[in-house]
Amino acid sequence: MKLFDNIKDNLDKISVDTLKERAEAIKNAIPKPSPAKNKNENKKDKKEDIPADSVKCPSCNKIIEKKALGKLKICPECGRLFRMNAKDRIKAIADKDSFKEMDINMEADNPLDFPDYSAKIKGLQEKTGLKDAVKTGICTIGGYECAIGVMDSGFMMGSMGSVVGEKLTRIFEYGTEHKIPVVIFTCSGGARMQEGIVSLMQMAKVSAAAAKHSEAGQLYVTVLTDPTTGGVTASFAMLGDIILAEPKTLVGFAGRRVIEQTIKQKLPDEFQTSEFLLEHGFVDAIVEREKLPDVLATILKLHNCKKEVED
Amino acid sequence: MPAYDNVRIARKITRPTALDYINHIFEDFVELHGDRGFRDDKAVVGGIASLNGVPVTVLGIQKGKTMEENIERNFGQPHPEGYRKALRLMYQAEKFHRPIINFINTSGAYPGLGAEERGQGEAIARNLMVMASLKVPTISIIIGEGGSGGALALAVTDRVWMLENSVYAVLSPEGFASILWKDAKRAEEAADLMKITASDLLDMGIIEKIIKEVDGGCQNDFGFTANLLKAKLEAELEILMAKDTDTLLKERYDRFRSFGIFKE
Repeated sequence: MKLFDNIKDNLDKISVDTLKERAEAIKNAIPKPSPAKNKNENKKDKKEDIPADSVKCPSCNKIIEKKALGKLKICPECGRLFRMNAKDRIKAIADKDSFKEMDINMEADNPLDFPDYSAKIKGLQEKTGLKDAVKTGICTIGGYECAIGVMDSGFMMGSMGSVVGEKLTRIFEYGTEHKIPVVIFTCSGGARMQEGIVSLMQMAKVSAAAAKHSEAGQLYVTVLTDPTTGGVTASFAMLGDIILAEPKTLVGFAGRRVIEQTIKQKLPDEFQTSEFLLEHGFVDAIVEREKLPDVLATILKLHNCKKEVED
Repeated sequence: MPAYDNVRIARKITRPTALDYINHIFEDFVELHGDRGFRDDKAVVGGIASLNGVPVTVLGIQKGKTMEENIERNFGQPHPEGYRKALRLMYQAEKFHRPIINFINTSGAYPGLGAEERGQGEAIARNLMVMASLKVPTISIIIGEGGSGGALALAVTDRVWMLENSVYAVLSPEGFASILWKDAKRAEEAADLMKITASDLLDMGIIEKIIKEVDGGCQNDFGFTANLLKAKLEAELEILMAKDTDTLLKERYDRFRSFGIFKE
């Protein structure tokens, strides 16, 4: 703890040595996911021959058949969590056939008349089958009813523009009106640049709706998944009554490169992981992917949430 | 005039700061320090004062006017404890039924190791949520740079105004160009596309009012802009203070609820 006090005292003049020591301490404290290395390896991957039905695991470098990742997208060799799309995630979390999607046809407009934005949206819609970067609706988890939002990094890195903001605002309003909890799986690069200030305003809009839901005494649970950054971290991701995270998930406000350029210092690999946030007191618990449905159901149960009764 | 010219004026080291406005517009300013949790962030200033006899809480994101002062003020880039100081003073204002007036001038929240360790994202998020339902009138004025979430963290208010040459954006034009085109040098081009000037944002309904500046920027005639702002604040507070709390909160919610352009 002495190290930490040191930083407190010299906040504006952190010595390089102190930083290095601190970085070393963090490094020793947490097991290594080494995301920095992975990036380069990914680039190399393109040149390697990987069969179409397989992927190379960025953690253990083994070539894995896609089927072998299973429904939960976990590397069978090393346990690395691959990113899940919204559809697979909902399938893994919601009770079978319980998910009723809302605002299915909502799609982006172009508030700044930004060049190529509309074409980019259209292309991604065709490629992914998604309208935008979030799916919302109502479902049951372990029999407990809730409104749910699941972001999808496959659509412009899950960035938040008007559609994401509006759909999430609506599930909070739905939750307030129907007195049910809201569960959001976050996964986002932050605000959507192409919508400029309108994207920034979505942070305020969703947070205001979350405030009303909270004032109505309703439960809000966030599950942080890889990656959760920027304007999403600085709004609804951090506002859950209970904040869960998947292991080794990137969670942060500012980008790693921006911070490194600002403080002129390499950051440790473990910086901005869910383990780092747990250590610093910003997430309630890290939950293994396969345990999430049970943990969510237990949390809902303990808040006296409504259990759907079968007809 | 190209939008980037506004960026240049907004960033001028001679541009009047939050404390300049606070000292000019209010009487009896008592500065209050610290977040009661970690330390006093000098990039955020706050306290209590009187506007023509009405007690108010004032907050500002404070840049320096010299290199030395800028180092002390961290170039107007708050740490989480700065936003938490603001939050503490806003709760205090609510307790004592004081309106809140915020002066915003920041390129953004500080991207640093300690800032991340202490939850920069959480600090900003908390302010957005709490400000949405504070039971007192709130007004914010972008007086220079309104940079991203770091500015929004003090701008979830009943009224948002901008000085004529200030800018308000999701990211700096440099950051924007570097994310979208991997080339920060295209900042001027980005600025034109981003709609960041006071007149663009008034047209889009993001702000309610523009406060005039003399040619070249308000540093050329500070009294002109500051007096104008004072008169407008007095008039607006009278309007906001006459509203009952439910109306005030409903209108604030609807203000932010209306933002978003999409098809369905």
